[in-house]
Order: sequence, then C-alpha cells, then structure tokens
Amino acid sequence: MNNEITGAEIVLKSLTEQGVEVVFGYPGGAVLPIYDTLFKQNSIKHVLVRQEGGAIHAAEGYARSTGKTGVVLVTSGPGATNVVTGLTDAMMDSVPIVCITGQVPQHLIGSDAFQECDTTGITRPCTKHNYLVKDVNKLSSVFHEAFTIAQNGRPGPVLIDIPKDVQFASGIYEEKNKIIIPSHRLFEPSPDFEKNKIEEAVGLIANAKKPIFYIGGGCINSGPKASKLVREFINMVGSPVTMTLMGLGVVGSSDKNSLGMLGMHGMYEANMAMHECDVMINIGARFDDRVTGRLDAFSPNSKKIHVDIDESNINKTINVDVPVIGDVKQVVEKMITVWKEKKFQIDDKALKLWWDKINKWKEVDCLNYNNEGKQIKPQYAVQRLYELTKNTKTFITTEVGQHQMWAAQFYKFEKPNRWLTSGGLGTMGYGFPAAIGAQVGHPDALVVDIAGDASILMNIQEMSTAVQYRLPVKIFILNNEYMGMVRQWQELLHGGRYSESYTDSLPDFVKLAESYKAVGLRAKTTDDLDDVINQMIETKNTVIADIWVTKEENCFPMIQSGSAHNEMMLSKDQKQDKKSAEKGKILV
Amino acid sequence: MNKSVYDSPDQVSETKRHILTVLVDNEPGVLARVIGMFSGRGYNIDSLNVAEVSNDENISRITIVTHGTSEVVSQIEKQLLRIVPVHSVTNLDQEGSSVEAEVALVYIYISDTNKKKVYQLCDFYRARKIENENNTTIFEIAGASERVNRFIREINEITKVEIVRSGPVAISSIQKNEEE
Repeated sequence: MNNEITGAEIVLKSLTEQGVEVVFGYPGGAVLPIYDTLFKQNSIKHVLVRQEGGAIHAAEGYARSTGKTGVVLVTSGPGATNVVTGLTDAMMDSVPIVCITGQVPQHLIGSDAFQECDTTGITRPCTKHNYLVKDVNKLSSVFHEAFTIAQNGRPGPVLIDIPKDVQFASGIYEEKNKIIIPSHRLFEPSPDFEKNKIEEAVGLIANAKKPIFYIGGGCINSGPKASKLVREFINMVGSPVTMTLMGLGVVGSSDKNSLGMLGMHGMYEANMAMHECDVMINIGARFDDRVTGRLDAFSPNSKKIHVDIDESNINKTINVDVPVIGDVKQVVEKMITVWKEKKFQIDDKALKLWWDKINKWKEVDCLNYNNEGKQIKPQYAVQRLYELTKNTKTFITTEVGQHQMWAAQFYKFEKPNRWLTSGGLGTMGYGFPAAIGAQVGHPDALVVDIAGDASILMNIQEMSTAVQYRLPVKIFILNNEYMGMVRQWQELLHGGRYSESYTDSLPDFVKLAESYKAVGLRAKTTDDLDDVINQMIETKNTVIADIWVTKEENCFPMIQSGSAHNEMMLSKDQKQDKKSAEKGKILV
Repeated sequence: MNKSVYDSPDQVSETKRHILTVLVDNEPGVLARVIGMFSGRGYNIDSLNVAEVSNDENISRITIVTHGTSEVVSQIEKQLLRIVPVHSVTNLDQEGSSVEAEVALVYIYISDTNKKKVYQLCDFYRARKIENENNTTIFEIAGASERVNRFIREINEITKVEIVRSGPVAISSIQKNEEE
C-alpha cells in the first residue's frame, strides 16, 4: 500500500486541514514545487503580492481583522529576508502568522548556494518558534504544531523553512488529531492556580476609590467574547477605562466609561486618571514605554493589577501588586463571577468624586485644534472620514507617524478587530498591505488605509496587487509633504532643523492611481473634502485619495519622551522645561 | 543593569551570581535560541554548559551561570520559559542548597627546575595527571570553581600553562523522593 504523497502536497494538505482559505505569497526557485501543487488545487486561494514584505503585512491584516491565522509563502534567500520586518512586527503585536519559506536543497545548505540564507538563524529572534524541516515525514506534524503554537497563549509568528528536496520527496501525511504536542511546548493555563489572585484582584477593585481600567491588545487577541466580558465588567464596576493604541475598540468610543486612548499622544483625561488613580487594572497591556512615559513617575500612588497571558510581561518594566497570568476571556469571566458572588459594590460617593475630577480634566478639551480657513487640517480630515463612514462596516488601517496618531485620536472605534495598526514595531508601510489583507478577509466591507505621504511610498507597489484582485481598498493620504512625526520631533527637540524629513519629488498620487488603473481623487481645500470622501466610498475600485493638509501641523497632546503622565504638552506654545527635554532627547 | 532607557526607580537589589539549570528538548537550534535570548536582551552569560542527560527522552540540560539583580534574573527565567523547546528553568540559588563543580584541563610547561614544585602543587590540589601519547604534562582538576581558580593562580606563579575549563555544572542537593 502506498500512502505516500510529495512534501509539497503535504504542505497543501496541512493548510487545507488547518482551514486555511488564503495564502499571501510570492514564488521563486526554492518554492516551485509548492506553487506547482497550488496550481493543481482549488480550495486555497493565493494572493500574489509585489514584494514579500507586502505579503506578510497583508497576512497580518487578514489575521487581525478575521481572528484567523495569516499564512505567507515565499522563496528562499531574499524572499525570506524580505519578510523579516513583518515577522518582527507580528511578534511585537502578537499576531498569529505561519510563514512558509523555501530553502535550497539540503545538499547545498551551507555552500553559499544561489538564494541561500540561514533563514532559521535570521528569524530566530523575530518568531515565536521556527523550524527547518529535513525529513518529509515530519512535515505534517511540524505544520500542525506550527499552527497551534502561532495561535496558542500569546499569539505570534511561526516560520517553517522547507528545503526544495523535501518538497519533492515522498512521505506520509498525518492528520491534525494524530499529532500530540507535549504540554511544555504550549501555554497551558492552570484553571485553579490563579483563583486566589483573582479574588485578591476583585477585592482590590471593590475597595477602590479612584479605579481605572487600562485595556490593551490582549483583549482583542482573546477574541470578541473577551471584549464583551471586559465591557460588562467595567460597567458593573462603573469605572473609567482607557485603552492603548492596540486596544482601541475593546470598549466602544461612545461608551460612557471610555476615556479614549492613553499614552504619548493619548487623551489628557486618560493620562491624568492613570497618574492619580488608586487602583489600576491592566488587562492585556504590557506597560509599553509609549504608554508609561517616565517610569519613576508612573502612577505613583496606585495598587496595580496586571492580567497577562505572557508571564514575562509581569514586572518587566513596572512592578505590580497583583499579577494574574491567564487568558483575558477566562480571567475576566472569573472576575465577574467573584464580583457577583460576593455582591461587591464600589463606594458610590468616592466614584462620583472621581468622575467629577475626570470630567474637569475633560474640560481641557485636549484634542482641540484651530480649524480656521480653507486649508484642510489633518485632524478635520479624519473627523470627516469618521462621520461619513461610521454607519458602514469599516476597517481602518494605518501606516506609522502623525496620521496614525490622528487616526487613533479622531476616528471613533466601537468594535474590536476594526482597527489595524503597527503598534510595537512602528512599521511604516504596514497599512496598505494590511488593508489588502483585511479586504481579502472581508470582501464586502469598507477598508480604508489612513496613510501619510511618506509611509505610503514604502509599499506602494502593492497597488498592483489591489487592482489585480479587484480589492476596493481606499488609501486616504494625509499629504503634508513631510515625514510629519520626524518633522515634529525635529521642531520640538532639534531646533527646527528639518534634516531629511521633507519628502521632495512626491509622485502625483492621482496619476499614480490612474497608472495602476485605479481611481485617483484629490482634495485641496475643505470645500472638496466631503465630496472626495463620498466619492471614494462609492467607488467600487481601489482608490487613492490625496488629501492636501496643512503642512506643519503638530500632533497634540503629547507626553514628550522622559516626561510623566501629568506633564502633557497640549500645544506647541507650552514648552517643556529644559532639563527634562534634554534628558528626554536621548530616548526614542 | 537596567535595560530600559526609561530608568526604573525601584531597582535596588544587588547584583548576584545565579546558576540556572534549563531542561530543553534536544533539537537543532535550541542552544542558539537560549544564547540568542541572552545576547538579544542584553543579559550576561558567565559560563554555559550543555549536554544530553537522558537517552530515552531526548532531553538536554543547559547550565548557565549569570549575574544580575533579582529582577533581571527573574526576567531571564521568564524569557527562557517562553522558548518553545524549554521544559523547565530552575534557579538553584532560589531552590536553596545545591552542589556545583567544574573540570579544568591544564597543560603545564615543565622543566627540571620547576618540576618538583609543580608536582607538589598538583598533589596538594589533587590534580590528576592525564596519560597521553606524547607524555606531556596535562593535569585534570575538578571541583568547585573557587578551588580551580586558586589552583590556576598558584600554578601560574610557578610556570606557564594553557587552560581549558568546562564552566560550572550544578545540581540541586535537596532531598527528593523517587517518583513512579
């Protein structure tokens, strides 16, 4: 009896059994057998990108908008090195990815063969785990383990490097349920282990006078049910809540308890509340430096609860009082049970005083900007985009920079998984391919990449991909002809010497769109803006909307590096004291 | 040592030497994963030793000597546990009592004038001469690192030597009941 199939067939069979619907990739010499097998089947769709870097960001966008695992297929050597940025991005932002790379045949490994590189060596620090598969009979078990590891615990990217001879070799396929993964290779929550901690945490919340929930991307990774439970629990407590960049959407922007985003460009009231709270409940966030500001002045008088699935995040930068290691969904569910069982009720009077204080901070109106004249303010452009798309199922992706922060501040998210941005790594060029991935996952939804003129050029070649697959992705460029955030830092910290931050010789974005047979639109003044946005939404084609915005607008409020939550700059006129500015300058 | 550019205020504990024993799946790249975690995150490795310890289960034991504040060492332990093929991490200092030992091989340049002194010292430290086909004076000394250090210091005062050391290995000395 011969049950043997080729390695390449095992790859496809594994993907099919794992329920993979789409693969983002780019062919090359060392993956030709897999592409040949792909050609002979119909169950898995392949999206051909124009550079491998685009493939992995597209897979990230697909994964984060659908909750499924993103799959990437690229060749050896440059194919593999081009995905390194995306792997690191997925690692930082905990996105489940399985990346398949071809490798030169085994007898050539180590000989500096054509398109050879040490893929597993290069990607070791930027993947959750990686494999070099030398035996075709291990291929299916490696795939099934890889998918489990990518999704399990704190999700992340896993890479499988397959030499070409293994793709050609014949071997046995093993089904998913035949594979036993040893428990030490996975995160396994012990259901009762944290019970005491959860009771301690809930007790602490019940006795709080000035509580604040600090919600991160972990709540989104834990699935839609987690967000629902988090909202429910916060409502029961009646506490204010702030979200990180990655956590936007967990609690709706219009929720009465929401203070919006916190951190470097977060809301004044959110940062002040973090600074002055007495109990902080961190759920699925990791005290990132964009959030904490100066560590020795971070929320000095609070007891801190930290719920995280990754134990290494506990006490990494901020020491906490009650750590709870586990999945958000399960932990918060138990918290709710304990709260109900013990009939906890927070001190109403104290809570009211706390809200009064917060409402005072809200009066500062930290997002206020001067919106006079016909020139489009970038903030206004995002506000209009929100108003004109809020009743449509909309996914927003961004690149990295000022436009990203304005999007986070001015676009109001009501649901999880609708906001895709590169938070940890801060990858310019993420947004457009991520939008392609999101559109592939949600063909009928509106997907808008809010971009900057500099960022969009980093993966502009993917226009070809978007048009080829008839993906009606909208690129909404806030065009100020600058690398805006670089320019802003140069203005604030480097004496206004705008070293290399002016993007000279920009393309004509309308013509650029047209050259790809997409649609190009332009808004030069506030008079054009709404028409352009409406036209963009109605066009059933890939669109670049080139929005000319005021060139030297800064993104405020801002906690400058090295400053604390209660030292926010609300405008340019409010200068930071010189000493802490100097100290902060060396920080990123 | 503080890794973050944002200085943390509450790092007050002192830097101490720690011995970590790490059980790992014996698969390709596992040592690189462990070492890469240390270099990538800016931790120190004073010495490292790895060998297969169980034939049936394909498990290796890595012994790492590191130093750092208790916060840093606790972070090292947690980062090690994130590595997929890592089974367990034990900090022998926190376990309580443990024994440690290392081996050094010492090639001693010997002459008629120092011969007597060399042999006396080796005898005193119970360093054993290793027979070899060229009949050169290579001695083996095993024991606690401190003892090996002393031996090397003293032999260096007498003559020129070449040294190779294994770095310490260690095991918990706490009484355990045999399971099964």
